[in-house]
Amino acid sequence: MKRVELIDVSKSYDKQVDVISNINVTIEPGEFFVLVGPSGCGKSTMLRMIAGLEEITGGTLKIGEKVANNLSPDKRDLSMVFQNYALYPHLSVQQNITFGLDVKKMKKEEQRKKANEVAEMLGLTEYLDRKPRELSGGQRQRVALARAIVSETPICLMDEPLSNLDAKLRAHMRSEIRRIQRSLGITMIYVTHDQVEAMTMGDRIMILHEGKIQQIGKPIDIYNYPANPFVATFIGSPPMNLAKAEFNPSTSELVIADELRLPVPIDEIGKLPRTSMTVGVRPENLYPITPETKAEDVFHVEVTNVEILGNETVFSFKLGGEEWMAKWSGQWHIDIGDRMPVRMEFESLSIFDEQSGELIKGTIDYGKYVKQQKVSP
Amino acid sequence: MTRIGRVWRKSVDGRTAALYLLPSIILFSVFVFYPMFRTIYLSFFLTDQTGNAAIMVGFENFVYLLGSSEFQNSMKATGLFVLYTVPITIILALFFALLANEKLKGIGFFRTMYSSTMGISVAASSVIWLFMFNPSIGMFNRLLGVLNLPQIQWLLDPEWALLSVSISTIWMNIGFSFLILLGGLQNIDEHLYESSRIDGAGYFYRLRRITLPMLSPTLFFIITISLINAFQTFGQIDILTKGGPSQSTNLIVYSIYREAFINYQFGTASAQAVILFLIILIVTILQFKLGERKVHYQ
Ligand SMILES: Nc1ncnc2c1ncn2[C@@H]1O[C@H](COP(=O)(O)OP(=O)(O)OP(=O)(O)O)[C@@H](O)[C@H]1O
Ligand SMILES: [Mg+2]
Repeated sequence: MKRVELIDVSKSYDKQVDVISNINVTIEPGEFFVLVGPSGCGKSTMLRMIAGLEEITGGTLKIGEKVANNLSPDKRDLSMVFQNYALYPHLSVQQNITFGLDVKKMKKEEQRKKANEVAEMLGLTEYLDRKPRELSGGQRQRVALARAIVSETPICLMDEPLSNLDAKLRAHMRSEIRRIQRSLGITMIYVTHDQVEAMTMGDRIMILHEGKIQQIGKPIDIYNYPANPFVATFIGSPPMNLAKAEFNPSTSELVIADELRLPVPIDEIGKLPRTSMTVGVRPENLYPITPETKAEDVFHVEVTNVEILGNETVFSFKLGGEEWMAKWSGQWHIDIGDRMPVRMEFESLSIFDEQSGELIKGTIDYGKYVKQQKVSP
Repeated sequence: MTRIGRVWRKSVDGRTAALYLLPSIILFSVFVFYPMFRTIYLSFFLTDQTGNAAIMVGFENFVYLLGSSEFQNSMKATGLFVLYTVPITIILALFFALLANEKLKGIGFFRTMYSSTMGISVAASSVIWLFMFNPSIGMFNRLLGVLNLPQIQWLLDPEWALLSVSISTIWMNIGFSFLILLGGLQNIDEHLYESSRIDGAGYFYRLRRITLPMLSPTLFFIITISLINAFQTFGQIDILTKGGPSQSTNLIVYSIYREAFINYQFGTASAQAVILFLIILIVTILQFKLGERKVHYQ
């Protein structure tokens, strides 16, 4: 268990443009820290800087309590799973797994024991004598994982370690990695661009975009209170619907994309900006109408696309030039071109400042609790 | 009629393949196959002055050669020459390639320098070495003079001549081996080294467990090429020593040349060429048999 601290870290490959800038974050001992962001945003670069494979061009990196900017990779007490696996093609799976142990001059007998344990854990036992080229992509990825796990270092860096697995195996490996991390108390820094992985695995998530931190926080907080429209559309699937909106003081209505009018509760009016703003609503917060729905809350949309995913139905429509999506649970028989009544609540809107993109108002907490009923004797 | 038609239609793939192969078949026939078969043919004959087969003698040329002390001496010199040059060339080239593969400022300059001997013809570099070996004005003897060491008759002393030729040959061949090995080194995935550095592997551990195994196909290739090259050395012998002194550098190809174009014994020359061909064939087969097990193709 070790803390990793980045203080004002930046990186530039060509001494001109920073691919990463102003990174300030402390990763707590034993934490599962997930780094997400779109392709090319600097996730691998950041991981490689922590591993010591890439020079840090600005700021301070601390591992444990020590400044580690110029520490060589092997002195940092960490293991890493590379994005392209970096398996040794000439060594068998077993030798690949025990490479690091052999470097540390561990006894052959013990090496074999450990390799077998890890192989068992990751379902690689049958492949121990094969060469990497005789494995499928997913099996290679698991060898790379095994190599990191077997070294039992206090810090582990993983660069998209599950990207090549099928959905079922991926779900299994997610919980397996999480279990191993918990039981060994590893400080994990985990890169992914799969937001499901980020949401389900991370104690905290950091969202990176063009080398800058967008938001750091618990997965559910990021989901509920995205710091800006980028995070709002990056986390959540389908992404949050966004549109420009203006407040009309005379009717105390919010006019969304010049089309929709939504009454604003009186006590919320003061919080809204005078000028225009960006509003966002998650697809699951666009509801089907019920008999109780008030007429003024309903608006009608023309369906442009429908996807039925078994237990939920996603349909899209155009609003203010943007494609919006609504997600309803259950199977709905909707055809393209249908006019659908949809209900929206002011409470579930996220409102962002138009210029800075800062979150002004988040959704209300939709979390549900299972209440323990008191049973009288 | 129909049967011929069917065969004609069935063989369409074969005929297409033959058509594609035709250009290289013609070229190979003219420049490789014809001379080769002609050589084998001639090795069973005694020839006249113009190189035409005169009397069929069967294996007598070979029997004569195997008994001739001149030929035995030539074989021995060739063997020694191969032993002197091939391992040292490859080890030195590997050493330089490892150095030049490091990421340092201005490494491009060194890469060019180390591979530059590839750009000089054998004849030109032999002439340069001829000057350097010159007993009175050559740089080597001057150097020895400065150090107060006895002078050496580099190319005139039978004890030294083969060594001297070997030294210059090593110098000439290093560029090519260097370039091939450097290419092999650069092909190794950088991530492997990064991964091993995280594990804490030192330089020599990485060299032994990553670099050399990953380089083995390239090493295997360059060893094969160097061996064949060494057996076929001719140019530097012709310019530096002409096979002398007292036959000590009379390598087999040079001996073939002398037999054919100075003594006009095309029959025995051809027989020598056939023997050389067999030796190279056997060495290469042996090498493939032994080496293949240690080579990791990806
Ligand atoms: N060695 C390098 N030299 C110059 N630029 C580089 C180098 N490596 C990466 N970059 C640049 O740095 C930026 C971040 O790259 P990085 O590999 O960290 O992205 P990433 O977030 O890991 O993306 P992905 O999800 O596709 O793996 C990219 O714009 C890339 O072009
Ligand atoms: Mg990456």
